[in-house]
Amino acid sequence: MNYQDIKFSKEELARYNRHIIIPDFGLEAQQKLKAARVLVVGSGGLGSPVLLYLAAAGVGHIGIVDFDVVDDSNLQRQVLFGVDAVGQPKVEAARERLQSLNPHIDITLYNTQLTSANALDIIRDYDVVADGTDNFPTRYLVNDACVLLGRTNVYASIFQFEGQVSVFNYVKNGEVGPNYRDLYPTPPPPGLVPSCAEGGVLGVLPGIIGSLQALEVIKVITGVGEVLSGRFFIFDALNFESRTFNIKRNPSNPLNGENPTITALIDYEQFCGMKAVEIPVKEITARDLYDMQVRGDDFQLIDVREPHEQAIVSIGGELIPLATVSEQSGRIDRNRPVVVHCKMGGRSAKAIRELEEKFGFTNLYNLKGGIIGYIDEVQPELTKY
Amino acid sequence: MATVIIPTPLRKFTNNTPRVQVAATTVQEIVDDLTLNFPELKRHLLDEQGKLRTFVNVFVGDDDIRNLQQEQTAVQENTVVSIVPAIAGGRA
Repeated sequence: MNYQDIKFSKEELARYNRHIIIPDFGLEAQQKLKAARVLVVGSGGLGSPVLLYLAAAGVGHIGIVDFDVVDDSNLQRQVLFGVDAVGQPKVEAARERLQSLNPHIDITLYNTQLTSANALDIIRDYDVVADGTDNFPTRYLVNDACVLLGRTNVYASIFQFEGQVSVFNYVKNGEVGPNYRDLYPTPPPPGLVPSCAEGGVLGVLPGIIGSLQALEVIKVITGVGEVLSGRFFIFDALNFESRTFNIKRNPSNPLNGENPTITALIDYEQFCGMKAVEIPVKEITARDLYDMQVRGDDFQLIDVREPHEQAIVSIGGELIPLATVSEQSGRIDRNRPVVVHCKMGGRSAKAIRELEEKFGFTNLYNLKGGIIGYIDEVQPELTKY
Repeated sequence: MATVIIPTPLRKFTNNTPRVQVAATTVQEIVDDLTLNFPELKRHLLDEQGKLRTFVNVFVGDDDIRNLQQEQTAVQENTVVSIVPAIAGGRA
């Protein structure tokens, strides 16, 4: 609905009076708020202040995604809930509290986990997403879904005494701002960064950071002020210090850099290294590769070793050292078989998994035994090392 | 001496010091100095190849070193270098 067609009841006008009388805000901004559709993912530490302040501000349609149930230990920081809500699904307890704060708004509940299977369908119904989730896979999921759908992602995140805020994928004057993958291209491997459950969090911290998150959602909706896009705010509660960094889009962002390779949502738990099982890669023997070369078959051969290794011996592969595989993924063909090799088969398997997971390649084959196996089996005259 | 701000999750590896003074002319020298003086910091900052982990961002002043000269970014007397790892609170 066009915000200009939004009307208010007498009660609403009285309620939002303090917004309406601000010279740089006014009725128009309030109309935009009422017309807005905001999805809040996570109704916990960050979600609590976000939901409370967006409801208070009169955001017309709020969606809440959370599959969890209220626990007493949540009440140290999740001020949306009370003891009466312990044991209740969070989204339901949230709606009760928010409707009692503001009965003039609509709230839609998603008592479910946000996954690659449902994220696009859910997010599609909203203009802005506020991400207050508590794990890396969902961070990347929300980010990717927002970029693929063209939605603004207001990001905030906390740990112990520190918080971060930014606005991702924001369009201003036709230009799209950075997104999470521009800032953190890959997540930490599980276990390297402790979680709040292990590391704890000062209860008031998400209150502060979530309020800043709500502020940015309001600015995105109303167009008032300077949205925190292309800027990354961090706050240290202990020292009471904050800093705002400049961030830019990264040309090798697989979502929307120069050579986008991600066009669909991926398996984020796998991306974050949380799947213990190693997915087997498709293999090809040295004999088969040799035959393909002799026949002149149409395929691409990629060598993921280091330059000095290729200088010792080569079987004609295009050199893309393992560490550069993601950023050079654009060089790899999708329309014919691609054989990937290294010295013995380990690094090439790793390269293939990375390419399959991050960019959805389906045509990659690992040379079993690597170039050493190849030399042993079919070309013993070549130099081994 | 440049000032390096150590993020909360890594302070336990720097004797709980939030700010460390380092004599250095580039970010690389700062990283070398830090990992030398605080060896436990090493595996959190650097990967097996000795490169800065991609989930750890380094800012010189207000700018991401990725938009400057990466580890070769120059550092002056009063430069503030901030190390900012990815955080996601909660579960993961």
